[in-house]
Amino acid sequence: MALLFVVPFYAIVAVAFGAIDPVFGSPVPVWNPLRWNFESFRYVITETFGNGGIYRPALIRTFLFVGLAVGLCLLIGYPVAYFIARYGGRFKTMLVVALVAPFFISYLMRMLAWVNLLQDDGLVNSVLVSFGLLGSPKNWLDGQAITVVLALVYGYIPYMILPLFGALDRIDPSLLEASRDLGASRRRTFTAVTLPLSRQAILAGTLIVSLPMFGDYYTADLMSGSPRTTMVGNLIDESLNSPFVNRSASLVLVMVMLLFVPMVLYMRSTARAEREGSA
Amino acid sequence: MSLASDLGRTRPMQRLANPWGRPRFLVGFTVAYLLWSLLPVLMAVLFSFNSGRSRSTFQGFSFRWYWGDDTLSVFHNESLRAVLIQSLKLASLSVLIVVPLGVAFAIALDRWRGRPATAANTMMLTSFVTPEIVMGVALFLVITKLFTFIHLGTGAQILGLVTFEMAYPVIIVRARLLSIGYEYEEAAMDLGASPTKALRMVLLPLLKPAIAASTILVFADSIDDFVIVRYLSSGASTETIPIRIYSTARGAPTPALNALASLMLFATVIAFAVGAFVYRRATRGEGGETSALSDLAGQI
Repeated sequence: MALLFVVPFYAIVAVAFGAIDPVFGSPVPVWNPLRWNFESFRYVITETFGNGGIYRPALIRTFLFVGLAVGLCLLIGYPVAYFIARYGGRFKTMLVVALVAPFFISYLMRMLAWVNLLQDDGLVNSVLVSFGLLGSPKNWLDGQAITVVLALVYGYIPYMILPLFGALDRIDPSLLEASRDLGASRRRTFTAVTLPLSRQAILAGTLIVSLPMFGDYYTADLMSGSPRTTMVGNLIDESLNSPFVNRSASLVLVMVMLLFVPMVLYMRSTARAEREGSA
Repeated sequence: MSLASDLGRTRPMQRLANPWGRPRFLVGFTVAYLLWSLLPVLMAVLFSFNSGRSRSTFQGFSFRWYWGDDTLSVFHNESLRAVLIQSLKLASLSVLIVVPLGVAFAIALDRWRGRPATAANTMMLTSFVTPEIVMGVALFLVITKLFTFIHLGTGAQILGLVTFEMAYPVIIVRARLLSIGYEYEEAAMDLGASPTKALRMVLLPLLKPAIAASTILVFADSIDDFVIVRYLSSGASTETIPIRIYSTARGAPTPALNALASLMLFATVIAFAVGAFVYRRATRGEGGETSALSDLAGQI
């Protein structure tokens, strides 16, 4: 396990701080830390965080897309999870099956489904045009930020709903009854009882959805493929297929640095949940 | 939300009559969500049965893209068939490797308290939270720069999948071990069973539901895996279905691509049905109707 996990990470570092073969222009990893060369890493840092850097727009866009998509996931996911947990009744099993189903459908297939629907002559355009909402078919798959954000929401929302459902389902209904009996309104019961009891799940859901979104490149590629929607993941993927593998490795390091705090946060919250579960 | 409160204002009597009634807005919202989440995929499956070439106009039902067409169907087109076989091969091999190893690992972690176990546990969780692209790039670099004796291709893909999927059985089996406790095993040994016999005749049968659940998850997750499998593939010969979708969805694919994707879905559904059946049998008498699903849902 250590072999399969620590070594690969060290390889990223060695390539990021490695040299370039002068003849072939291909990267040579440097395993000895004393001989590390920070040129490519410095290049990536300047281009990512510096003013006017070529990677900077992609970084800002990534945070924007992920932020919007996570917000939408929460906005759509919470009411759904709440409804199924509280009012599912005898349909609950069936509804949970429907919630879990997307986990068993390949992410790429779910994107393919939308590529089909969003084509120029696809269903979305023909419905919108026939209802008069659009004058002429819109080219949804040509670098539209909204398409990419909605695709991210579509792709990752099940991962948001399940932890929310789990937490809301565990809330004892007698707590809510008590709150109502003591004179709280529906709204107050929600903000004073339900919401605080699901805070951990909101945090967990947000993290579990946003971490993979930061590394996503295939959604943007499939739903737009235009430089106007390039995310950090696309930069990593593109430089990995180019001679500048060092840059790819450096970008991965930058990403890990940026995501380190949320990753640790998530691990701590699961560890806490585990302790509480076993207690 | 405003709709809900409007409803509340316009019909106060009805609300008083039944304070626990279902908020209608939420009913509509949930139904809309479920339709939105599942209909597009059903449409994609439907179009895999299209008799024409279009992926947006349905021209009649046929199996043309599965096996009817002599050159372009999944069954007759060599390249599509190879993609399908590679996907099934990778998923089954990783189940065969990951599940036994993961179960052993979980038992070891459970017995072997202390710092090393905590470290191993943390590492397992780390692989869970790391964006897949980080793992993918890392494994790609290791295999191309360090362990050059492993070549990109099936072997490397399996190795990558094993690394990534290991967390599932370990987490699921450990959770089950915690709820089982040590009593059954100790009782077996008090009654004269050797430790191996206690493991084989008491612990493993008790772990069956956890093993079934991990098998489903690992199979579904590895057949769907894209990032790692793509970085570790050696080109067209080791392409899998998700890679093929990625590379051709935006070109001008025929519904054969939908057929290929649907076959992957059917394979997962079959695996799920078999796994759920085993799970149900293994947990018979342990809980209510929903236990299998809610357990599974809790574990994802």
